[in-house]
Amino acid sequence: MVTRGFTGRRPDKPVAERLPPGQYLTDDFPVLQLGPTPRIDLARWRFVLREGAKPLKSWSWQEFDALPRTRWTGDIHCVTKWSKFDTAWEGVSVDDLLAAAGLEAAPTAYLLAEGFDDYTTNVPVADLTGGRGMVATRYAGETIPPDHGGPARLLVPHLYFWKSAKWVKGLRFTAKDEAGFWELRGYHMYGDPWREQRFSDD
Amino acid sequence: MANVWQEATIVGIAPETPRVKRFRLALGRPMPFRAGQHVDVRLTAPDGYRAQRSYSIASPPADPTTIDLMIERLDDGEVSGFFDAVAQVGDAIELRGPIGAFAWEPAMGGPLLLVAGGSGVVPLLSMLRHRAGATPDVPALLLYSARTAADVVARDELLARAAAEPAFSLDLVLTREPSGRRLDAARIAEALARLGDPAHAFVCGSNRFAGAAADLLVDAGIPAARIRTERFGE
Repeated sequence: MVTRGFTGRRPDKPVAERLPPGQYLTDDFPVLQLGPTPRIDLARWRFVLREGAKPLKSWSWQEFDALPRTRWTGDIHCVTKWSKFDTAWEGVSVDDLLAAAGLEAAPTAYLLAEGFDDYTTNVPVADLTGGRGMVATRYAGETIPPDHGGPARLLVPHLYFWKSAKWVKGLRFTAKDEAGFWELRGYHMYGDPWREQRFSDD
Repeated sequence: MANVWQEATIVGIAPETPRVKRFRLALGRPMPFRAGQHVDVRLTAPDGYRAQRSYSIASPPADPTTIDLMIERLDDGEVSGFFDAVAQVGDAIELRGPIGAFAWEPAMGGPLLLVAGGSGVVPLLSMLRHRAGATPDVPALLLYSARTAADVVARDELLARAAAEPAFSLDLVLTREPSGRRLDAARIAEALARLGDPAHAFVCGSNRFAGAAADLLVDAGIPAARIRTERFGE
C-alpha cells in the first residue's frame, strides 16, 4: 500500500546495504529497558553457568575479568527500529567461557540468558558458539555504562538486540527452546533482523 | 495478532501543543489492547521504500476500533514530519499492534504513580482515561514534566480530571517557566506523600528523563520490580 504523499528519506547506498528491513541508522545509543537500571555491586557480582537448576561453574567479577577476552566490532539492530554501526565490544566469548568451565561442548542446544533484573531471553547455543557471541565487559574501550548493561551484558549481534541481555548474571542451558521475557509477550523466538523476525509469526 | 499489518484511516487531526498533534485512526480490524501499549506505523513510498516507527496509544482500550496517536514533530523526523506536514483526514496508513509490556489493567489496582517527561505522557493518558472509566477509586498521581504550560499535552483534560476526580492528583513540573523547577527528589517525596506507597509506577519519556526519573523512584525506596519504564530516543 503506497502512502499518499510519503516520499521518505532514503539513506545512501552504503548505509542502506547495511540496514536490515524496517531499520534506520542512529548515531545515538538509545536505552531500552523494562525498568530502572539495577545497582550492581561488583564485590557481590557472580556469573553462573547452569544446566537447568544445576550450577556447572561460577565466577566472581575478578575471576571473570581475568578470562581471555575477544574483540568484536560491527553493527547492532534493535527491534524498536534503530541500528547503530561499528560498535566496538570486548568480552569473554562463549567458546572461551565453556572452555573455562571445563566443558568440551554445551550440555544442551538452547539456553536462557538471565539478568540481574530477572530479565530472560532465549538463544540457541549454536548462535553463541563458533565466535558468534560473547559476554561483553567493555564498550568502546571502557567499562560498559550501567544504562547499556554493564558490568556485563550478552552480545549476540546478529540477532535483534533484545537477545543481548543487559546485566547478565548467567546462562542457563535448557533441554528445549524456552521463551524468555519478550518471547512470552509476542516477540519472535529467534529474532533475525535480516528476516525481520520481530513478532512471533513474522 | 500483533504481527499482522492493517490499514487505518485518519479520521481526525487536532493540534495538542505547538509540536504535538493528535491523529484519530479508524481501524479496519478491531485491535484490543492494554492501556500503555504502542503500535508500529509503516509508511510506503511509491517505489516501495518503507519507514517504520513506534507510537504509543493515547486513547483508552474501551474502543478497539478507533485509536488516538499523539505524534510529536521531531527536527528532521522522517515519519513525524510526514504526519505533521503531509497527512490529512481521509489518508490511509498501515499499522500493527498492540505491542509492549508497558501496560496497566484495572485488575492491577493501585496506587498508581505515573511519571511523564514531555510527550512521554501519551501512554499514561491512556491509563488515566481507562482508570477513570473502569476503577475511579484507584488512587493515581501524574507527575508530568514539560517545558512550559503550552507544551503540556491534554492540559485542559488533565486539569479537569484533577478537579473532578477525587482520587486523581496532577503535579505539573514546568521546567522553563519563570518559577520553574526540575523533577528532583523533593518533588518525588511530595508526590509520594500525597499518593501513598505506589503499587505500580510507570515512567515514560526520553532516554535521559526516564533514566533519571526511574533512579529517583528507586532512591525514594520504591522497589525496582514495581517500576516500569518506556523510553524514546532523544
